[in-house]
Amino acid sequence: MLVLDLALKSLRNRAFSTSLTVGSIALSVALLIGVENVRVGMRESFSNTISQTDLIVGAKGGTIQLLLYSVFGMGSPTSNLTWDTYREWAEHPAIEWTIPYGLGDSHRGFRVIGTNEDFYRHYRYRGGQAIALAEGRAGSEVFDVTLGADVASELGYGLGDEVAVTHGIGEVGFLNHDQLPFEVVGILAKTFTPVDRAIYVTLEGIEAIHFGWEDGAPPMPGEEPTPDDVLAMEEIEITQVTSFFVGATNRRDVLRLQREINDYESEPMMAVIPGLALSEMWQGIGYAETGLRVVTIFVVLVGLLGMLVSLYTSLNERRREMAILRAVGAGPYRIIALLVLESVCLAAAGAIAGLALVYVLLSAGQPIVEAQVGLFIPLRPPGSVELLFLGAVVTAGFLMGFVPALKAYRTALHDGLAVRV
Amino acid sequence: MSLAIDVRHLRFRYGGGPWVLDIPELTLERGERAFLFGPSGSGKTTLLGVLAGVLEADEGSVNVLGRDLASLSGAQRDAFRAEHIGYVFQMFNLIPYLSVLDNIALPARMNAGRRARLDGAGVKETAALLADHLHIGDLLKKPVTELSVGQQQRVAACRALIGAPELIVADEPTSSLDFDRREAFLELLFQECERAGATLVFVSHDRTLEGMFSRTISLPDINKAAL
Repeated sequence: MLVLDLALKSLRNRAFSTSLTVGSIALSVALLIGVENVRVGMRESFSNTISQTDLIVGAKGGTIQLLLYSVFGMGSPTSNLTWDTYREWAEHPAIEWTIPYGLGDSHRGFRVIGTNEDFYRHYRYRGGQAIALAEGRAGSEVFDVTLGADVASELGYGLGDEVAVTHGIGEVGFLNHDQLPFEVVGILAKTFTPVDRAIYVTLEGIEAIHFGWEDGAPPMPGEEPTPDDVLAMEEIEITQVTSFFVGATNRRDVLRLQREINDYESEPMMAVIPGLALSEMWQGIGYAETGLRVVTIFVVLVGLLGMLVSLYTSLNERRREMAILRAVGAGPYRIIALLVLESVCLAAAGAIAGLALVYVLLSAGQPIVEAQVGLFIPLRPPGSVELLFLGAVVTAGFLMGFVPALKAYRTALHDGLAVRV
Repeated sequence: MSLAIDVRHLRFRYGGGPWVLDIPELTLERGERAFLFGPSGSGKTTLLGVLAGVLEADEGSVNVLGRDLASLSGAQRDAFRAEHIGYVFQMFNLIPYLSVLDNIALPARMNAGRRARLDGAGVKETAALLADHLHIGDLLKKPVTELSVGQQQRVAACRALIGAPELIVADEPTSSLDFDRREAFLELLFQECERAGATLVFVSHDRTLEGMFSRTISLPDINKAAL
């Protein structure tokens, strides 16, 4: 207790260098824990992109690829499923609901997704939140367009604006379906998922875009359908969907249902379980995580090295103090204990201050980060990972304390009571 | 009653260097007030280090207060010094980050033997009493950095005296004081040593103080290594 008292008073006496040292450790620890929190937040927001969907079904191909184009709006689908096949599965007794997706078109770099009212009814993200409309209504007519929140804000579109849709996916499609003006009827509330960056039309709308494209080439000039042609049609026949999301009647049937879909003979198709596919994907990205973590661990080591340097350089001014302590009966081990304790106190204070800093920054920055980046970083009491980090920092402080301590020990033994000031 | 100090055929050197101390015999009765003088470099501080058990003799025997220091381990010597010896340096005696009171109390907090000899009084009370005796009772709460040199030396004396150690070793404690203050300081020191029944070894190169002591030892005369 005496040594601890001495250590604390000695640190307080050097308040400036102590606070600098504690500050630098605190910053590095805050970085370490902050990065950890951001990492967890990223992983969670990633795996929460879609929720409550039991299966995603598309044409046979790569699992990740199906996930990428259906959920994240990246890459392009290789082939479609026929509408009849989709309907057959939609009626399957083990399936409660489906959301059909018709993909493959874009508007000024944003994906155009053909779907129907099932999307607004069943699509769920981040813990079961449903799609909500910020303005207008959900599109239901052929030329109705509903915009994701980012699309509306980045392109500056509002209700009533006319939108032309491009066939194909690209920043600028040079073949524009300019002749079929779609009209914005609704804007979705922000979700911080890829939904924000998509344009939703009806499946009929997707079909309408492709009138005249049946042979894969653009219609001859003068043969393009006019809006009036499209509207004059009694009923637009939907011929295909790209993929569809499935909610099972009973979650226990999901695996059996997946097998059944994969084995479907009339058309090559596959079903993936989004949770599994997402975590498989995350593992692929995981290397970046490890790299980030290694970097922050080094930052903490640098912070601790700063402490070591500050303690070590203070030793010369403290030779007098060591001799006095020796004279009043402190053994060399007390001298070691004093310096190791000082080091532990600095590391512990830095670690705790760093943890506090993380919580202050997180609680202040959380809404800003969510609004700007769409990354929701959960604020929760320090868990085992944080405690492990703190323990590691204090242990490192303890071990590093032996460097100045052994130096002081040797100096004290050598100096004895004769002190060179 | 054994001698306070009984040194026979002591030889000491730092590492493999030349002999610094070569003392065939040095004895001191208990309760004596000894004046040990010698020029700078004659090995005064080294001798005190050996007597305090901070440095280990290479040859010969060093008995302090009836204890053969060579028979003690390093840790035992530290504990022995903490319990039985009060030490006053020439200057810069105080731990800068402790208050006057904490500096005085340090040996008592460091060692249970010193605490046990406070006669039932608390560490703080004893420290305050000693400070009163040495006329620094009003400085207890002050940071030591605000004290004058004379005040610092009195704080150091209080620290050496707390818990009534049998041997007080003072290494030129008055060399940074002017003459009047030296005498005043010495008189206070004598008074307290007498009160505690302690033996005093006072080292100086300044022989003007010699007359105040019961015995004078010339280090160059007894140390054959100092040439």
